[in-house]
Amino acid sequence: MYQYDKYDQQMVDTRVEEFRDQVKRRLAGEITEDQFKPLRLMNGLYLQLHAYMLRVAIPYGTLNGKQMRMLAHIARKYDRDYGHFTTRQNIQYNWIKLEDAPDLLAELASVEMHAIQTSGNCIRNISSDQFAGAAADEIADPRPWAEILRQWSSFHPEFSYLPRKFKIAVIASDTDRAAMKLHDIGIQLVHNDAGELGAKFFVGGGMGRTPMIAPEIRDFVPADELISYAEACLRVYNRYGRRDNKYKARIKILVHELGKDEYTRQVEEEFAHMKELGLNPPVEELARITEYFADPAFDLDASDDLDLSDPDFAIWVDQNIDTHKQSGYAIATISLKPRGGIPGDASSAQIDLMADLAEQYSFDELRVTHSQNIVLPHVKKSDLYALWQKLDEAGLAPANLDLITDSIACPGLDYCSLANARSIPLAQKISEKFADQGRQKELGELKLKISGCINACGHHHAGHIGILGVDRKGTENYQLLLGGSAAEDTSLAKITGPGFTEDGVIEAIETVTDLYLQEKQGDERFIDTYRRVGMEKFKEAIYG
Amino acid sequence: MKLLTGNDLKTGDVIWWNGLDWSRFVADAADVAEDGEAILQREEASRRVNASYIIDAEQTDEGPRPTHIKERVRALGPTVRPDLTLKPADPNAADWVI
Amino acid sequence: MVEAIRFRDDEPHEEPAGSMDSFLDQSNATAVRIEAGEDVRQLLPYLERLALIEVDFPAFGDGRGYSAAQILREQGYTGELRASGDVLVDQLAYMRRCGFDSFAPEKPIDPEVMERSLGRYENIYQGTTDQRSPIWKLRHG
Repeated sequence: MYQYDKYDQQMVDTRVEEFRDQVKRRLAGEITEDQFKPLRLMNGLYLQLHAYMLRVAIPYGTLNGKQMRMLAHIARKYDRDYGHFTTRQNIQYNWIKLEDAPDLLAELASVEMHAIQTSGNCIRNISSDQFAGAAADEIADPRPWAEILRQWSSFHPEFSYLPRKFKIAVIASDTDRAAMKLHDIGIQLVHNDAGELGAKFFVGGGMGRTPMIAPEIRDFVPADELISYAEACLRVYNRYGRRDNKYKARIKILVHELGKDEYTRQVEEEFAHMKELGLNPPVEELARITEYFADPAFDLDASDDLDLSDPDFAIWVDQNIDTHKQSGYAIATISLKPRGGIPGDASSAQIDLMADLAEQYSFDELRVTHSQNIVLPHVKKSDLYALWQKLDEAGLAPANLDLITDSIACPGLDYCSLANARSIPLAQKISEKFADQGRQKELGELKLKISGCINACGHHHAGHIGILGVDRKGTENYQLLLGGSAAEDTSLAKITGPGFTEDGVIEAIETVTDLYLQEKQGDERFIDTYRRVGMEKFKEAIYG
Repeated sequence: MKLLTGNDLKTGDVIWWNGLDWSRFVADAADVAEDGEAILQREEASRRVNASYIIDAEQTDEGPRPTHIKERVRALGPTVRPDLTLKPADPNAADWVI
Repeated sequence: MVEAIRFRDDEPHEEPAGSMDSFLDQSNATAVRIEAGEDVRQLLPYLERLALIEVDFPAFGDGRGYSAAQILREQGYTGELRASGDVLVDQLAYMRRCGFDSFAPEKPIDPEVMERSLGRYENIYQGTTDQRSPIWKLRHG
C-alpha cells in the first residue's frame, strides 16, 4: 500500500501544527465559534450530541496493522475504548476533547494518518472498492487513482469552500462494491478501444434528502487528463452550485436543474481550457504510486483445498469469503455486526486483534468497507481456519455478510445532533429477531440500511430494505422503504406508506420478508422478487 | 420552564446552567425564565460554554425533564451504551429518555 | 473598512472600483468590483485595461471568489486582484494561491497570525495560478 514520502509527511505534520494554532486561538477567544467551526470541520472535528466527535480519514479504506493499532491506541487514550467504522470507510470517535485534538492528530500523523477534509464543504475522503487489489473481477487496482485524487484534493485552494460537501469514489470492475453512482463524482476505470486505461465519469449522484443516481457524463478520460477533468467538474459546481439553500446545494441538484447535457457542455468547455494549464501530474507519478500497490509476495503454489469439517467454520466460509484473484488465497470479511451489537463499533481490543491478524495472515493489510465491516484482503486458504478460530474467540466471526443482520446503521439519535430517531436500537432488535442462521440464509442477500434522519448517512435509499427514522410530534417514527440498491444495478428505494413505531417497523419487515419467500422464483434475491412483483403487493401485505 | 444548555468548550461535555455555574447533570438545571439569552451571551463570551441554547423542559419529581427526546438523550448519554451514560449503575436509565 | 493589505510593489490604484454593470457601460474605467455570482468571464475582453479587480466575499464560506480569481489569472490578468468583505486570516493562504494579491478585510487581521499562516505550508499538492511547483513536479523534476 501507499507510503508517504517526505512531502506527504510534511503536509500532515504541518496540518497538525496549523490546527494546534487554530485551537489555541479559539480557546484564547481570538476567533469566534462561527469562524472556528469550518476550520475544525475541515479537520473532521464535529460537536455532536454528547461531545466532540473526530472522524479520522482512512483513504480508500486501506490501512496497515500499525495504523490499525494506532486507531486502538487513540480509542484507549483519548476516547472511551472504542471506535465506530463509518459508511465513508472511515473511523470516528465519539468522546474527544477539543484540547486533546492536536496531540491526537500528531499521534495519527506519526503513522501517516490524518483527519484532513473528513468534514466541511470540501472534497472528502476518496472511497473505493474494499476488494481493490484482491478482487478477481477488477481490470486494475483503483487505489493508485484514488491516491492521485487524494493528493490533488488535499488543501485544494479553489475547492475548499464549495456550496456543500463533495464525495468521490473510484472503482475498477463492473461489480460495484462502493456505491459509486451514489457519489458526487463516481469514477469507473475502463479500457478504451486502444487498450489504454482511463476513467469513466459519473457526476451528480448522492443520497441525502434528494437521492439521485449519477448520470455518465464522459465515457473516457485519459490517465494524464484525470485531474484537469475533475477540476472542470468542480469549477462548474463551485461557480454555479446553489448557495441559497443548503438542502439544494449538492452537485446533484445543479446537474439535475441544468440537465445532464448542459452540465456536461459546461464541463467540457471548462476542460478544453483547463487541460492546457499543466495541472496533470505526469504518467510517471501514477506509475510511482502504482508501485506501492504491487501485489504482495503471494505463494504461487498455495493450495485451494479447504477443510470444512468444522460446520461453524464452513458456514463462515460460505458467507464471509470472496474469490481472490490469486489461486490459493481468499478475501475474508470480518463482520462488525454481532448479534444484538452496534453496527460498525469495535473495541480497542478488537481493533488491536484485527491489526495482529492482518500482520499474521493478510500481508499487513486491512480494509474498511462502506457496509461498516473490515476486510482482510489476502488470506491464504490454508490459514483461514486458524484465522476464523481467533476471530470467533473475540466475537468477530458472525457469518452474516450481506445477510439481513449485516445492516448498515448511522449513529442516529444516540450520538448524532442531526438525527430525529435512534437507528442503533432498531438494528440491534432486527439482528436479534433474525438471528437464526437458517432463517437469515433462507432470506439470502438482503441489504438492510437504517438512517436516523433524512440526511441518509445510513444509506436507506440504497437498501433492499431501507428504514428512515423521523420525528413525529416528538416521538420516534420509522418509515419503511423497499427496492434500493447501491450495487451496479443502482436503484433508489421507495417509501411503502405511513410510518411505524419501532416494533411496528420490525413487524413490517417480517411481513415483507415472508412475502418474498412466498413469491420467490428460482434463485431470486429479495431485490429481484421485489422488482418483478412490484411495490403494490408488498404494500397490500403490510397495510392490508 | 426554560433551561440553558451547551457543551463545555474544552472538553465537549454536555452542561446545564444551574443558576450560578454549569453542571453536567440536568437535575441541577435552573429555570432561566426570560433571562436565558442574557446569560448565554455572557457565558459564551467567557468561553466556558460552546454552542449554547435555550430549551423547554417541565419540572418533575426527579428534577427538570427536557421536552424533546434529543435533549433527554443529551442529558443521559447514548441509550445503547448504558455504561457510558451518566447513570451507569441504573439499568433502566434509558426509560427516562423514552 | 481597514486599509488594504497588499502583496504588490506598485502604487495602489486610485480609481475606485465600480460595479460590474457600470464598468461594462464605461469605455475607459480601469477598476471594477465583482459580486459573488457575477460571471467574471464578462471581464475577459478588458483585462489589458484593468488595473484593479475587487472580488467580494459576502461570507467567508462562499467560495465562488476563488474560482473567479483563478479564471482571471489563467486568462493572463496581471493587475491587482483584491479580495474584500468577509476575508479572514485562515483563508488568506488559499486566496493567495488563487491569485489574490491584495486584501480589504471587513475586520482587521492580526499581522503576526497572518505571517504565520502564509508561511506555514512549504509545499503544495496541486498546481494553481500562483505558479508554485506542486509536489508531483518536485518528485519528477
